[in-house]
Amino acid sequence: MSYSDNTHGDTHHGDHDDHGPAPGLMRWVTTTNHKDIGTLYLWFSLLMFFIGGAMALIIRAELGAPGIQFVDPMFFNSMTTMHAIVMIFGVVMPAFVGLANWMIPMMIGAPDMALPRLNNWSFWIMPFAFTIMLSTLFMDSGGPAGGWTLYPPLVLQMGDSFAYVIFAIHFMGISSVMGSINIVATIFNMRPPGMTLMHMPMFVWTWLITAFLLVATIPVFAGAVTMLLTDRFFDTSFFSAAGGGDPVMFQHIFWFFGHPEVYILILPAFGIVSSIIPTFARKPLFGYDSMVYATASIAFLSFIVWAHHMFTTGMPLAAELFFMFSTMMISVPTGVKVFNWVSTMWRGSMSFETPMLFAIGFVIMFTIGGLSGLMLAITPADIQYHDTYFVVAHFHYVLVPGAIYSLMAATYYWIPKWTGNMYDETLGKWHFWISTIFVNVLFFPMHFVGLAGMPRRIPDYSLQFADWNFVATIGAFGFGFSQLLFVYIIVKCVKGGEKATGEVWEGARGLEWTVDSPAPYHTFETAPVINESTLTR
Amino acid sequence: MSAATGGYYIPHEAKWPIVGSIALFILFMGLGSWLNGSDVGKMVFFAGVALLVFMMFGWFGVVIKESETGTYNPQVDQSFRLCMMWFIFSEVMFFGAFFGALFYARTFSGPWLGGEGGGGADVTNAVLWQGFDYVWPSNGPEAVGGKFKPMGWFGLPLINTLLLLSSGFTCTMAHHAIKDGLRKKMVWWLAATCLLGFTFVGFQALEYYEAYVHYNLQLGSGIYGSTFFMLTGFHGFHVTMGAVILLVVMFRGMKGHFTAENHFAFEAAAWYWHFVDVVWLGLFVFVYLF
Repeated sequence: MSYSDNTHGDTHHGDHDDHGPAPGLMRWVTTTNHKDIGTLYLWFSLLMFFIGGAMALIIRAELGAPGIQFVDPMFFNSMTTMHAIVMIFGVVMPAFVGLANWMIPMMIGAPDMALPRLNNWSFWIMPFAFTIMLSTLFMDSGGPAGGWTLYPPLVLQMGDSFAYVIFAIHFMGISSVMGSINIVATIFNMRPPGMTLMHMPMFVWTWLITAFLLVATIPVFAGAVTMLLTDRFFDTSFFSAAGGGDPVMFQHIFWFFGHPEVYILILPAFGIVSSIIPTFARKPLFGYDSMVYATASIAFLSFIVWAHHMFTTGMPLAAELFFMFSTMMISVPTGVKVFNWVSTMWRGSMSFETPMLFAIGFVIMFTIGGLSGLMLAITPADIQYHDTYFVVAHFHYVLVPGAIYSLMAATYYWIPKWTGNMYDETLGKWHFWISTIFVNVLFFPMHFVGLAGMPRRIPDYSLQFADWNFVATIGAFGFGFSQLLFVYIIVKCVKGGEKATGEVWEGARGLEWTVDSPAPYHTFETAPVINESTLTR
Repeated sequence: MSAATGGYYIPHEAKWPIVGSIALFILFMGLGSWLNGSDVGKMVFFAGVALLVFMMFGWFGVVIKESETGTYNPQVDQSFRLCMMWFIFSEVMFFGAFFGALFYARTFSGPWLGGEGGGGADVTNAVLWQGFDYVWPSNGPEAVGGKFKPMGWFGLPLINTLLLLSSGFTCTMAHHAIKDGLRKKMVWWLAATCLLGFTFVGFQALEYYEAYVHYNLQLGSGIYGSTFFMLTGFHGFHVTMGAVILLVVMFRGMKGHFTAENHFAFEAAAWYWHFVDVVWLGLFVFVYLF
């Protein structure tokens, strides 16, 4: 990255005897610097974004017309499975961790993450874990094809790749737990005097709560896949009714992890949007306290709603009612957030640079996904919608123009701080508008075919779904290829461009804007003085 | 070495993490192919384990050296404490998954298999397993693994409970000793703790032998065997790890490490030990007693 060249000449190290980055490739392997590790995470997730995206395009190419065109059904199913695993564990999570690495120490005024060596390990597990995961696609039996949720008994019928898939999940889990423990320790222990909990930037708050969710649920997931492993290889009967177990039990344990996991994928996005909107509305965030409490409430509720993923698998009526109402309750704190963002913009002196466009796009389209989620929460309705493309439309609206848009917004917002250069604003706006048109062309028709009854995870469909599927496929290729523009803008910005000031954005508040652009290799080696003007609230 | 906020130590050029990643990669790839029936996989797996142990010696060695030379200030110490607390919390959640499986099977899915609970459970029972009466301990309607005798709480499990509880006491005595700066006393109490810990593991092995040979109680004995061996097995593994950690702490004490003020490695090990102790109490109540 370009900032490395600048840091050598940087005098910020002052009288310390430390040095800048080590020369050569080993710098990236042995680095303990939160900015280096953040950069590694971000590049890794960008690479995985294109791998997962290529899988999505294979799926959409196959679904472009009824009948089987390009791939056989087994491979199709392994594409849907792998697409989910790559996008969740390889793109959105590492990208958020990368942003946490880059930004949290700078936002709270800490010299680095609390445990820098552990931080290095958290990243360097990821390439190895994904080597194992992706290698299963090249094994004789093919990759996992039973869906990313790994439901038994189907998943137990997987070929030789089964054990590797389980171990890859364990491997990633080690990385996630270590990474999130590090983030919790950093936030609790590395704040200078004056940076009280209720003065932290929202991105830090949302990550604190996300890290808690990760530490609480990833081990449960590890337990669930361990039970799958022993059911397959060591004769246990956890998920076999013949031995007194229950396949539905896996779904309960899995979704006890899985539902908090979906908030892991969106809470940091809330934090990013809560950072960007105040900057471009030139107003402090409306309702900071309620934002914090809403985030905490969402995290709490996420632990008691899991069975809404399983309304059709069979459970007592009382349980269905409980999970329906608890799920609907989530819309209250989420609504608080959306109203707060809108109120922040109300009567602000707004300007619409690319990060703001993506943030506003997030608010609107995430809300669309939230509303279809509310429809799915209604048990009797869900029995109709379950496993249709309506569900696919719902979670893609919250994850693509939701989580992914927040990542793009964050990239445009902070890349001047990372590289010292402004990105190309015109191209950024093009990227936003092309993406936004195509993402809706891609996912909106899925609502229609879903409500009409098109099932998910099947490579073929009835003729009446053909038109909208063709439209969605056009949207998919348009959205997919327009992301090459994103890469071009990033590379162009890394290589050069108009120099960014330290503040970057007019009136932007927060400690990260008080240091130079690009940010020096080491920031806040001595605790900054925290006062009104450096706080985000 | 960075002087940071009040001298927060930020290490540079960490060489061990990448060794750890490679070790785990080799370990998992080896174990995967071993499970698929390859003998080479077995060798690869053990190579991975060896490399992982080597990494631990190296990495912990660096940290111990830094600690003993006074590199860490109280703020770094606090980071370690937070890290250990949250790590133990993650372990609690891991055990939670298996306890959850036990509770779910006993309270919900078991009775449903027996036809209780309405919602069609009676039909399932009548069609698939007519006449199956669910009684815990159960190995399911098809009596997977054959007739077995469940493990009672009296005898070895009770002795093991007393052993672990006493080890909690000796561990606390060791803590008091080092807090008074009495390193030698700490070593002796730690030796007693390790002895109790390893005796526990030995008795656990004896109990498994009894179960397999005399009770026909095996990992494959339906849901009872699955939950029994997975819960006690993971616990036993954690006790072994905890005892090894305490042993390392003891050896460090013998080498003259730790003072009344600086002994977090001991405290982390002690927290961990109390954690496995508490898990055992949960096991004793829900796996053995009821």
